[in-house]
Amino acid sequence: MKNPINGLNKVFDNRVRLGVMSVLMVNEEVSFNDLKQMLEVTDGNLATHLVNLEDNGYIKVHKGFVGRKTNTTYAVTKAGEKAFSDHVAALENMIKGVK
Amino acid sequence: MDHDDFARTLQYKVLFMSNQNQSETLREISDIKRIMERSSRFISLSGLSGIAAGLCALAGAYFANNILRSYYSDFNHNGYSDENFSELRARLLIVAAIVLASALIVAFIFTWRRAKQNHLPIWDLTARKLMWNVLVPLIAGGLFILAMLRSSEWRFVAPACLIFYGLALVNGSKYTLTEIRYLGYIEIILGLINTQFAGYGLYFWAAGFGLLHIVYGAMMWVKYEKGQ
Repeated sequence: MKNPINGLNKVFDNRVRLGVMSVLMVNEEVSFNDLKQMLEVTDGNLATHLVNLEDNGYIKVHKGFVGRKTNTTYAVTKAGEKAFSDHVAALENMIKGVK
Repeated sequence: MDHDDFARTLQYKVLFMSNQNQSETLREISDIKRIMERSSRFISLSGLSGIAAGLCALAGAYFANNILRSYYSDFNHNGYSDENFSELRARLLIVAAIVLASALIVAFIFTWRRAKQNHLPIWDLTARKLMWNVLVPLIAGGLFILAMLRSSEWRFVAPACLIFYGLALVNGSKYTLTEIRYLGYIEIILGLINTQFAGYGLYFWAAGFGLLHIVYGAMMWVKYEKGQ
């Protein structure tokens, strides 16, 4: 997954996936609709990227109900937290010119 | 191509790429920071909301003061009666309700305006979190104060208003501008001092809800909104 040259994580080259991770890092649990509003993306686009992040084990999905409506919430996993922190550290290193 | 040449070319490529990507990387980091900030704090709270709410509180304190004064001047002729006292209580409660409603409305208007100017939603995840965290201590405090009034315990009404409001601000500060935490601390301290000066509740109340809001609102406006 990691790019050997600079330590960047391929999963996070996408703006939406990076955005989802940024939101989930600072919020315990966020619903699909809140993510959509926060990142200003379409349903389909967001859903695709969420599946990708889930497949990579970076986020976990919780399907619940509010009344009769389904309410799906997302939270970051330990692995996701680590991968994201590593990615941000790699970005910062690139800026500092360490790498 | 020998091994050294290959290594040099690779290094050159990496350097070139990172130069080219430098600005993109910077943008990516600032995007991450922006999204984290924006998804965890309600940043549209306007300083003007504080000023407007403070003015409402001062106007309310002025009317309450007049009501109290006329109550005490009647006292000289008729003495205290339960009827007079319950009328006083009803009048003060009406003034309080009007002050609360008008302060909330004007505060909402300025914050709504700021959110619109910055193209941010007024009601989102952060607004809900802020609202919930402010409302828990505030509603508990409100019910507590009503219970005190019901048993005619008026001496600690103003201190309780200040203390519970301060606690609500400290609690909510995690979800909005962090500076609001200091406003909360000052309100709490003011409320606690007020417990020792029972007869001066209205003055403490006017200072805490009027003056402090105006000072805080003006400071926040200068810091974040002036010239925006």
